[in-house]
Amino acid sequence: MKILLNGEFVETAEGATVASLLQQLDISRERVAVELNADIIPKAHYEKQPLCDGDKIEIVHFVGGG
Amino acid sequence: MTQNADTLIIGGREFTSRLMVGTGKYASFEQTAKALEISGAQIITVAVRRVNLDRSKESLLDYIDLKKYTLLPNTAGCYTADDAVRTCRLAREAGMSDFVKLEVLGDEKTLFPDNEELLKAAKILIAEGFTVLPYCSDDVIVCKKLEDIGCAAVMPLGAPIGSGLGIRNPYNIRIILENVSVPVIVDAGVGSASDAAIAMELGCAGVLMNTAIAGAQDPIAMAEAMKLAVIAGRLSYKAGRIPRKLYANASSPLDGMIG
Repeated sequence: MKILLNGEFVETAEGATVASLLQQLDISRERVAVELNADIIPKAHYEKQPLCDGDKIEIVHFVGGG
Repeated sequence: MTQNADTLIIGGREFTSRLMVGTGKYASFEQTAKALEISGAQIITVAVRRVNLDRSKESLLDYIDLKKYTLLPNTAGCYTADDAVRTCRLAREAGMSDFVKLEVLGDEKTLFPDNEELLKAAKILIAEGFTVLPYCSDDVIVCKKLEDIGCAAVMPLGAPIGSGLGIRNPYNIRIILENVSVPVIVDAGVGSASDAAIAMELGCAGVLMNTAIAGAQDPIAMAEAMKLAVIAGRLSYKAGRIPRKLYANASSPLDGMIG
């Protein structure tokens, strides 16, 4: 299935969760925030939060800024 | 130690440094880390952006000891209250802290705040338990409104962001200082160490800067200069300066002059 991840279409496996997506991307959950279809997903829910075809996901972190 | 007792309290947290530093525009993450260390800052600002999906680039936080600093995520680049609130919620989830530097911009050329949207966003965030430090205009009415709705500090600009023009509005800053009780932190405008000292001599609780350090020819040396200027300005403010007089007043005794 395809998801829209940070503005790019990305292929991900059926049955994927937020946790498995982060693992696939090699992103550590500690320092990121995940938004699924405009709702923030708490870190404790990553394992049980399924992803669906066409989901819009934003994964953000901190960068240098003033 | 006089200096140690003179702490800054924001949102229930106590800080010994009154210099807050941004983490943008440095040549490298190594340089960022070194400048932060030399500056003595305890509060550092960061921006919230999408992660790189290819993971080829390193992350700022790999270089920063998070035990040493309070991260102050900003809402830079947000032009509406909705965008700013969304960014703050993401920042809280990413950083597990309620501190946010709220900025809602009104115009790309000046980067001046949109105070109407700022107040709207601040109200929502405070209701959600955030500790809000708003970047705002040097307008005492806006600052009072921000204080009234529960902001932990107010952060009026001294001049446009990144301009390095210095403290162009000392009288407005003084009026704000006389009329609000929360810490007043000059955010934006500082270009050199003397500018930082001037802000502190006015009685500001702190100074927040980024470009003045990161854009200097030697950012590490400027970080140290800013640290010393903020300390010097604070001590000078507390010491109480002499009144300005138009004419001379001799420092040496007039008695006992040779005949």
